[in-house]
Amino acid sequence: MLEIRDLHASINGKEILRGINLTVADGEVHALMGQNGAGKSTLSNVIVGHPAYEVTSGSIHFNGKDLLALKPEERAHEGIFLSFQQPVEIPGVSMVNFMRAALNAKRKYHGLEPLPAGDFLKLMREKRKIVELDNKLANRSVNEGFSGGEKKRNEIFQMAMLEPSLSILDETDSGLDVDALRIVAEGFNRLRTPQTSAIVITHYQRLLDYLKPDVVHVLIDGQIVRTGGPELAVEIEQRGFDWIKAEL
Amino acid sequence: MKSEQQYIELYEANRDVICAHSAPALNALRQQAFLDFCSKGFPSQKEERYKYTDVAAAFAPDYGLNLNRLSIPVNPYEAFRCDVPNLSTSLYFVVNDQFYDGAVRNRPTLPEGVVIDSLSRVATAHPEWVEPYYGRLARSGKDAINALNTMLAQDGLFIRVARDVVVPRPVQIVNVLRADVPLMANRRVLIVLEPGAQMQLLVCDHAMDSHAFLTTQVAEVFVGENANLELYELEETHAANTRFSNVYVDQAANSTATVDHLTLSSGLTRNRTDVTLSGEYAEISMYGAVVADGSQHVDNNTLIDHRVPHCQSNELYKYVLDDHAVGAFAGRVLVREGAQKTVSHETNANLCATRSARMYSQPMLEIYADDVKCSHGSTVGQLNDAALFYMRQRGIPEDEARLLLKFAFVGEVLSNIRLDALRDRLHHLVEKRFRGELGRCAGCAPTSTCKL
Amino acid sequence: MMEERRNSFVREVAEKKYEYGFTTDVHTEIIEKGLSEEVVRLISQKKGEPDWLLQFRLEAFRYWQTLEPPTWGHLQMPSVDFQDISYYADPTKKPSQGDAKGEIDPELMKTFDKLGIPLEERLALSGTAVDAVMDSVSVKTTFREKLREKGIIFCSISEAVREHPDLVREYLGSVVPYRDNFYAALNSAVFSDGSFVYIPRGVRCPMELSTYFRINARGTGQFERTLIVCCDDAYVSYLEGCTAPMRDENQLHAAIVEIVVMENAEVKYSTVQNWYPGDAEGRGGVLNLVTKRGHLRGVNSRLSWTQVETGSAITWKYPSCVLSGDGSQAEFYSVAVTNNHQQADTGTKMIHLGRNTRSTIISKGISAGRSQNSYRGLVKVGSKADGARNYSSCDSLLLGDTCGAHTFPYMDVQNETAVAEHEATTSKISEDQLFYCNQRGISTEDAVGLIVNGYAKDVLNKLPMEFAVEAQKLLGVSLEGSVG
Repeated sequence: MLEIRDLHASINGKEILRGINLTVADGEVHALMGQNGAGKSTLSNVIVGHPAYEVTSGSIHFNGKDLLALKPEERAHEGIFLSFQQPVEIPGVSMVNFMRAALNAKRKYHGLEPLPAGDFLKLMREKRKIVELDNKLANRSVNEGFSGGEKKRNEIFQMAMLEPSLSILDETDSGLDVDALRIVAEGFNRLRTPQTSAIVITHYQRLLDYLKPDVVHVLIDGQIVRTGGPELAVEIEQRGFDWIKAEL
Repeated sequence: MKSEQQYIELYEANRDVICAHSAPALNALRQQAFLDFCSKGFPSQKEERYKYTDVAAAFAPDYGLNLNRLSIPVNPYEAFRCDVPNLSTSLYFVVNDQFYDGAVRNRPTLPEGVVIDSLSRVATAHPEWVEPYYGRLARSGKDAINALNTMLAQDGLFIRVARDVVVPRPVQIVNVLRADVPLMANRRVLIVLEPGAQMQLLVCDHAMDSHAFLTTQVAEVFVGENANLELYELEETHAANTRFSNVYVDQAANSTATVDHLTLSSGLTRNRTDVTLSGEYAEISMYGAVVADGSQHVDNNTLIDHRVPHCQSNELYKYVLDDHAVGAFAGRVLVREGAQKTVSHETNANLCATRSARMYSQPMLEIYADDVKCSHGSTVGQLNDAALFYMRQRGIPEDEARLLLKFAFVGEVLSNIRLDALRDRLHHLVEKRFRGELGRCAGCAPTSTCKL
Repeated sequence: MMEERRNSFVREVAEKKYEYGFTTDVHTEIIEKGLSEEVVRLISQKKGEPDWLLQFRLEAFRYWQTLEPPTWGHLQMPSVDFQDISYYADPTKKPSQGDAKGEIDPELMKTFDKLGIPLEERLALSGTAVDAVMDSVSVKTTFREKLREKGIIFCSISEAVREHPDLVREYLGSVVPYRDNFYAALNSAVFSDGSFVYIPRGVRCPMELSTYFRINARGTGQFERTLIVCCDDAYVSYLEGCTAPMRDENQLHAAIVEIVVMENAEVKYSTVQNWYPGDAEGRGGVLNLVTKRGHLRGVNSRLSWTQVETGSAITWKYPSCVLSGDGSQAEFYSVAVTNNHQQADTGTKMIHLGRNTRSTIISKGISAGRSQNSYRGLVKVGSKADGARNYSSCDSLLLGDTCGAHTFPYMDVQNETAVAEHEATTSKISEDQLFYCNQRGISTEDAVGLIVNGYAKDVLNKLPMEFAVEAQKLLGVSLEGSVG
C-alpha cells in the first residue's frame, strides 16, 4: 500500500528526515515511536503533502502511484487521512459544510455524483455515533471551541466519514483522558477492515494496547533505526530510548 | 477650487429652479449651505476624515442633473427583480433622487402612524414633521458633502414612525439609478422614530444603466427613547458608480440601533456614518462587509460619540480585497468626559488577496472618562495557512477551501443580520460574488436598460 | 471614603516636587535670541565646522522658513516664538577665556553628580560610558580610550565632525533628512551637540553607552543631534536620559536621533525622558519635539526602541524604524506617563520594505490629573515586503476622570502576504485590585505604584538593569497615589 524509499525532507533548509525506508502492507498497523524532534510529525506531514516541508530526495508510492506528484487534496482523495496532532480551528466554517465539501470533492475525484443532502446528513448522524460525538459539536464551526478531547474525537469522526485506506494518527492520544482514549481507540478499531492500514505515532503504550500494532518502528534523528514486533513498544515503555541509542 | 466651481456656478444659475421644485423646509437651509460650500470647498486628503478618498477628483467630471424634476421613464416594478426571496417587505422605490409613486402596484399597507413618502412632499404638507429635524445632524458647515447635498437636494425619502408603533414587516427601499447620460443625484433622507417605535429597514442601491452615476446621499436618523431601528444598506451597483453617503444617527435614551453597510459591487464608495449616543443606556451596533475587486475603492469612515454614561457600542467591519481594490476603514470612538460605564468594542479585519490591493485601517479611541471598557483591534492578513492545509488534507480542493474560508470571514458580519431571509440572501450573494458568478446584481442586469 | 482618599492622593501627586528642578550657577556663553541665517552661520562658526556642514545647515534653514509647525497631534500646543529663543548656550566657556581642554568647571561636575551621573570614570556606574551634554555643548565623554581600543568611536557630534568628518558626512541626514518635518528642519539648521557612536564591523560594544542631556540656561532651546552607526555583525546598547530645571516659561527641545543598522547588527536604544513637566497648573515645562528614526539597512538587522516618558509639558515623538533589510526586526516598547497638564502624543512608525521583516509595538499609556496621553502609530507594509509581520498592542490606563487616553493607529498594507495585527484596550485600576492590596496591608499609594509597575512591566523589562530601577522609581514618583 505505502512504500517509502530513502526519503529525505527538510523544513526551512534544515534536514529532518535523513533516509526513511518504510513499507506498509494492506491491513497492517504500524507504530512509529521516537523522542520529540526525531521526525515523526515531519514524516506524517510529508506523506500528506504539507507545503512547508521540502522533499529533497527519495520517493513515496501509494498503491503504485507517485504520491509526491499529487496535491494534498489529491492524496486525500487517494485515501490518505491524517489525524492532526493539533487540529486547527476554522471559525465561521460549519462542520456540516466542511464535511460536505470534503466528501463531495472525493466523490467527484472518483467520478461519483455529490451525495444528496438528505443522505449526507444521515451519514453524518451514523458516523457521529462511532465516536459518540455530540450533535451540538457537529453543528459548530470546525473545531472551534472544542476541548482537546473533542477535537481528537472529531478527527476520528471525519475519518469515519471519509473512509481512508491509510490513516495516520499523529499523537491522537495526547491530551486524552482514559475514557476519551478508549472511545477514540474503539472508534478507530471499528473502522478497520482487512484492507485499511494505519501509521500510529505515539509516545505511550496505552494507545497501542488498544490498537495492537503489527510492526513497531523507532525513529531517531530522522532515520528508522529499529523495527520489531509489538514487544518493541513494550520494551520502550519500560526502558526508554537511550538503550537503543547506545546500541547504535 | 477647480472642482467646486461647476457646482457653485450650477447653483448660482439654477437657484430658483432648484427651489421651485423642492419644499420650503429644504430651501430654508440652501443659501447657508451654499455659503459653507463656497468657503470650504471639497476637503483635501490632508483632512483626517478624508485621508483615503480624493473627493475633488470624484466630483470633477461633468454630470447631468435633473433639476427640473422631469419624470424618469421607468417602472421599477417592471424592471426590478431583486426582491429578496422569502422576505416579505413593504417595498418602495426611489429613482435617482425622486420618491417613486407612479403606477404603483401593491401599495403596501402600513400601520397607522407610519409615513413613508417623498421628503419634499411631506415637508410641504407637514413642515412640523421635517423642520425640527432637517439639517440638525448633518450640518452643512461641518462637511462638504453635507453642504453640497443641502444646497442641491430637492427630494428624497421621508420615514416617520409614530410613538410606540411597531412596523410589522421590514420596509425595503430600493434606490434605483436610471439615466441616459452620466447623472448626478443628490438624495436626502430623513428618518424619525418616535419614542418606543420599531422598524427594520433595508435600503438597496442599484443601477439600471451602465452610465456613470454620482450620488450624494445625506441621511439624518433620529431614534427616540426606547425605539429600535435596524438599518441595512446594501450596495450592488457597478464600477462606474460613485457614491458619497453620509448617515447621521442620533440615539435617545434606551434606544437600540443597528447600522449595516454591505458593499458588494460599486466603483467608488464612501460611507460616512456618525452616531451620537445622546441618551443613557443607548446601544449601537455597526457592521460592515466589503467585497471589492477590479479597481473598486471603498472607504468607510465612522464616528461613535459617547456623550452620556452607560451606553454601548459595537463595531465590526470586514473587507476582502482582490485585484487593485482599495479599502479604507477609519473608525473613531469618542468617549466624552463624564460618559462613565461606556462599553465599546471595535474590530476591523481585512484580507488582501493580491499585491496590488491596498488596505488602510485606522481604528481610533479617544477617551476622556476613566470608568470605561473600550477596546479596538484591526488586522490585515490573509487566509490562515493551517486551516487551508487542514481542509486540503480532508480532500477539499485548494480553491474551494479558499472560498470557504473567505466566505466564513465575511460570514461573521452577515451572521449579525437579524432579518433571516436577508441574511440567507446575502450569504448566497456573497458566495456567488466570491465564485465570480456575479459581476453585479441580477436585478440590475444590463438587459434591464429598458426603454420603459 | 475611597473617593476622598483618592482625591487626597491626587493632590499629593500634583504637589510633588520635581526633584531635578535645580539650576546650576555656571558661567554660560549664550548668543542673542533670534533665528536668522546669521545665527546659523554663527553657530557653525563657534563650532568650527567645515563648509559642507554650514551649507547643510543653511539649506535646512531656508527650507524650514517655508514650513508651518505641524498641527495634527492631539495636543494643545502653546505658540512658540522662534525668535524669542537663544539657539546656542555654552556652559563650558570660561569667562577668562582659559579654554583649557579637559578642565571642567567643578560646578558642572557637581551638577552631573547630583543627577546621579558621575563624570569621573572611577565613580561611574558599572559598565556605562557617558557623554554628558549641557545646553548646547558636550561637557565630557567618559571611557573613550577604553572604547577606542576596540575601534569604537563614542564622542560628541561636534568632535566627530572634526575628527571623523567622512563618517559624519556620509550618514548625517541619511535617515532623517532635513525635509522630513518642521522640527527636523529646525534641528538640522541649528543643532548643537549630541553624541556620535560608531561601532565597527563585528564588534560587540563591551559597555552601555549613554548620553545625558541637561537643559540649564534660561531662554534657550536644546537641539541635540545623535547619530549611531552600527556596522555589520556589531552590537550596541545605548541609553539616553534627560532632565531640566524648573522654569516658568516653556523650553524647546527639538532633537534628532538617527540610527543606521547594517547587516546582522543590533542596536538597542533606551530613553528615560524626564524633562521638566511644568508645574501643577501647567506653567512651564519642556516642549519635547523629537524626530527619532532608525534605518535597518542590512539583512537581519535589529533595532529596538524602549522609552519611558514621564517628563515634558508636551511630548511629540515617534521613534521609528525603516525596515529595508530582508529579515530585519524592529521593536518599540513604550511607557508614557502624563500627569497634571502634561500632554503626550507619542508612538512609532514601522515601515516595512524588505522581505520577512518583523515589527512589534508594545505601548502602555498612563494618564492622570488633567493630562492627555495619545498613542499614534503607523504600520506600513510596502508592496515588496513579502511575509512582513507586525503585532501592535496599545493599552491605556486612566487614573481619574479628568484625563484623556487616546489611540490612533494607522495601518497601510499593500502586500497580500503580510500580516498586521493591532489591538488596544483601555482600563482603570479597579477598586477590587486596590482593596485586595489594602487587605493585604499595602497602602493605596503603594498599591497604585505596584499595579502601575506591573502594568508597565513588559516595557520596563526591556530596559538595561540600572535604568529599569530608575524608571520604576520614576513611575512611582510620577504617579504615586493618583488613583481615580
